[in-house]
Amino acid sequence: MSDQVTMKVWRGDTDGGGFHEFAVEAREGEVVLDVIHRIQATQANDLAVRWNCKAGKCGSCSAEINGLPRLMCMTRMSTFEPGQPITVAPMKTFPVMKDLVTDVSFNFEMAKRIPAFSPRPPDADGKRRMAQRDVERSQEFRKCIECFLCQNVCHVIRDHEENKQHFAGPRFLMRITELEMHPLDTGDRIPLAREELGIPYCNITKCCTEVCPEHIHITDNALIPLKERVVDHYFDPIVWLGRKIRRKG
Amino acid sequence: MADIERHGYDVVVVGAGGAGLRAAIEAHASGARTAIVCKSLLGKAHTVMAEGGIAAAMGNVWSEDNWKVHFRDTMRGGKMLNNWRMAQLHAQEAPARVLELEEWGALFDRTKEGLISQRDFGGHRYARLAHVGDRTGLEMIRTLQQRAVSLGIDVFMECQVHRLIRDEDRVAGALAYWRESGRFVLFRTKAVILATGGIGKAFQVTSNSWEYTGDGHSLALWSGADLIDMEFVQFHPTGMVWPPSVRGILVTESVRGDGGVLRNSEGRRFMFDYIPEVFASETADTEAEADRWYDDHINNRRPPELLPRDEVARAINSEVKAGRGTEHGGVFLDIASRRSADYIRRRLPSMYHQFKELADVDITAAPFEIGPTCHYVMGGVKVDADTAASTIPGLYAAGEVAGGMHGSNRLGGNSLGDLLVFGRRAGMAAAEYAAGLGAEPNVEEAEVDQLIRRALEPFERSGGENPYSLQYELQDTMHNLVGIIRTRSELEQAIEAVGKLRERARNVTVEGHRQFNPGWHLALDLESLLTVSEAVARCALLREESRGGHTRDDFPKTDPEWAKVNNTVRKKGDEVNIEQVPLPEMPDELKTLFEEPAK
Amino acid sequence: MAVGTLEAERRGTRPANLRVDWWWLQPAITFVVLLGFVVYSTWTVFTPHDFYAGPSVGRHYLSPYYSPCITNRCKGGTTWNLVSWWPFSAGILMMPFPILFRATCYYYRKAYYRSFWLSPPACAVPDAHGSYTGESRFPLILQNLHRFAFYLIIPFPIILLWEAIKGLEFGSGHWGLGLGSIILFVNAFLLGFYTLGCHAGRHICGGHLNAFSKGPVRYWVWKQMTRFNLHHMGWAWTSLVFVAWTDIYIRLVASGVIHDPRLF
Repeated sequence: MSDQVTMKVWRGDTDGGGFHEFAVEAREGEVVLDVIHRIQATQANDLAVRWNCKAGKCGSCSAEINGLPRLMCMTRMSTFEPGQPITVAPMKTFPVMKDLVTDVSFNFEMAKRIPAFSPRPPDADGKRRMAQRDVERSQEFRKCIECFLCQNVCHVIRDHEENKQHFAGPRFLMRITELEMHPLDTGDRIPLAREELGIPYCNITKCCTEVCPEHIHITDNALIPLKERVVDHYFDPIVWLGRKIRRKG
Repeated sequence: MADIERHGYDVVVVGAGGAGLRAAIEAHASGARTAIVCKSLLGKAHTVMAEGGIAAAMGNVWSEDNWKVHFRDTMRGGKMLNNWRMAQLHAQEAPARVLELEEWGALFDRTKEGLISQRDFGGHRYARLAHVGDRTGLEMIRTLQQRAVSLGIDVFMECQVHRLIRDEDRVAGALAYWRESGRFVLFRTKAVILATGGIGKAFQVTSNSWEYTGDGHSLALWSGADLIDMEFVQFHPTGMVWPPSVRGILVTESVRGDGGVLRNSEGRRFMFDYIPEVFASETADTEAEADRWYDDHINNRRPPELLPRDEVARAINSEVKAGRGTEHGGVFLDIASRRSADYIRRRLPSMYHQFKELADVDITAAPFEIGPTCHYVMGGVKVDADTAASTIPGLYAAGEVAGGMHGSNRLGGNSLGDLLVFGRRAGMAAAEYAAGLGAEPNVEEAEVDQLIRRALEPFERSGGENPYSLQYELQDTMHNLVGIIRTRSELEQAIEAVGKLRERARNVTVEGHRQFNPGWHLALDLESLLTVSEAVARCALLREESRGGHTRDDFPKTDPEWAKVNNTVRKKGDEVNIEQVPLPEMPDELKTLFEEPAK
Repeated sequence: MAVGTLEAERRGTRPANLRVDWWWLQPAITFVVLLGFVVYSTWTVFTPHDFYAGPSVGRHYLSPYYSPCITNRCKGGTTWNLVSWWPFSAGILMMPFPILFRATCYYYRKAYYRSFWLSPPACAVPDAHGSYTGESRFPLILQNLHRFAFYLIIPFPIILLWEAIKGLEFGSGHWGLGLGSIILFVNAFLLGFYTLGCHAGRHICGGHLNAFSKGPVRYWVWKQMTRFNLHHMGWAWTSLVFVAWTDIYIRLVASGVIHDPRLF
């Protein structure tokens, strides 16, 4: 079984571009990436698209399908209204390189700005002990496949280019929470999160959580707890007093 | 002298999967100026697909476990064709490598005592796979990636190494191109570590990603290094086959372990027809007995669905060839009619979601189609066990691209350990080699110019073939003629077909310009795909026996003579030459490990 | 070959919003309901009569907007005549607490940033504002004080529960159960569930720990609060709508428009 579908694929490069229409076959059970590959193999050999595993595990094939940030390999053709054209555009937040491929180096630069994990010394027998319940919160964040859809959808940088200087985006603020919640870590990245990487810019509108293909509760479990840790550090006199007393005691 | 981007390093690591990252970290730590050059973005390499875990005899769950047991399991799994020293080093060092990951921030699942939890897996005597749910590979690559970034190692992403350049017989550099701009870049380097993974994309149905085009195997061979045992390709019996978008994606063995059975299009549980003599005594021969086994392992024999991977893959293949396959060329895996939906969702959550989300198939509602899928290549660059050095000075190989560690068949969980253990050793040895090298090797500029000219030829031709159709034909040929079951006539046919494809590949044409042009990238990848395909087919033709990941219909038994040698592939001029080289001799104290009966 | 109509040649022509679904529906509903609630609440606190269904109708139901009653201008189960000098509606006195809690609530912030401030109205739909500083400056930096609003709101579900229990008294010494009591109980529980799911509360009560095994009790509390937190949005809406409904019901009973059915 197969159908003809109309795909409107954005093509272009750093100089600009626009949507091209392709009439292409879509077979039963296929996902958007299959159809894009068919266009590539039969109509436009040089159509640029990033992909790797095609199983929702590597996070390479991020794009905007009918305006919604999604992984192309996880978007089934059967979810679309028959007869309607389907638009596929590159992620908006990052500069286009070519066609559906964007320059995501912003993310790799932000990753460099987060101080690495710095563990306390191991137990006396050289081993490290952590209970399962101590690692579960950070494990959720480590499910991240770095598709950067959360970075793309976040309006703080999507609609306000100037904020890219001082806002790391949900993925890397979540990484800070992950390290802060790591039971063995000794670092303190809260001042960094507030002053340089922009957690106060987050207005918790939750789009990062909505688009996450790994269904990580980015806002509720990472960003809001990070905001609360910032409050502990800067805005809560009770916590401040408690820390003072404990340090003296 | 070509006007191109140039860089100078001591060690260039090709590939940023587990082995590449681990190698780079070690080379950097040893003081070498190190660069990672990788085809995809950092963190996307195929290692992320690994699910099960890292096999390491840490003894956290079974204190009886130790490296000797692990070593023996590995050798037995590889049907004794493994490089014994690699298997030994791997078993000895894997625990330390796992702990090191924890030191760098990895969060493994825990035991009740708070130590790293370890799980059971096929072929391993004790529960020894350190894991994080079913996403261990992701945890590993992320940890190594973050480590490499924090050390400030230079990473060249979406940069593809096209050819290695030698000065006399030793490595002198690597010519690469940026996928984004199509511009060339020359790395002058004293040592190169290949960590490029496998060759799965030579086959039509594979669990491997597009990156697996045998780049490292080909770079090594073209530079004069040896490959060994390329005929050993692991096909996993159960991959998804329908819908096409998910073809080849793995379906875990646990589906069968938890009660799933295989049926042909007539509804027959056909595995009962395929019980080989050697397993007859331990395999149930009636459905009633097989069904009782799930609750009572003691008084009943195992269902034939749980025979070794090669047996099951072969049986599925025969059913399909006999016309009893499903509409899309597989067989049915049926757990829906045998277990409650609740049970399935509880025991196989990730499988349930994999089918639901990727394929819109509800495995609790109806049988689903599965078929064998190309999974891993055991063969690869011939390396020295201790240093991961190839037969060319300055060239190293680690991970799936290296051969020997897994013999003729790899055990689940041994690949991740392999990446870490030999990635580190390669990094260490390459840095040491580079430090000991006096003068910088010389790069012949004329050679670079010529290579660039050749690489750009597809743009200049017109009217030639589309690289995509050639790749498709190659995958079709390999799938049908060099797949799970092989015979002389088909292999000969395949070698001829690959030869013809090579001729046609010299004439491919690509449209557009050099900037991020997948058509052009594929045109260049075709060369390595054809190279490894030929090597696999030729080795398979020579090895006249069946062993591990190599099954010959015309030679269905193992042959003790073939147990003593590796097929060794070397380039002679334009020809590929294969000879049989004796296996390294295992020392007596290790041999004794195999004398006591398996418990 | 490609049908190949190049719709837009050069840069800047990509439409800012490519969504084709009804992305505006959710913010529109949120806008209408929240605005409706604000309007109704304002009216009810400035309309200080019929908020107490008292002995004249054989009941003791106090509207949650007026609870606890701390002036001499109201009556109810929780009547403490603390500020007898208060000249205005008693409802105004209690209003700041829930307003502070809900207005700084992480869920409602999402709701009104999207539906009122359009920043952004929906995911991948452009922000309506040219520049953006989020919650990094005054006045929005004050959102960081949400936890203090949480501290202040904690007594309220308990007071409402007490009020509901008091509502079981049908005249001196006689006990009964009216439909109004059930409504009061449900209202108290809904506010309680909403409060228990508070993000700030969840952090304070256990989330601040890095190793849960160091605080087993706090871990237990965190786990329970997490269960409520998962449905924070649901509790936020149901408790919001229900408090208005409770008020309406009591007003209808108090003014004699309807008779509160006695169940037993």
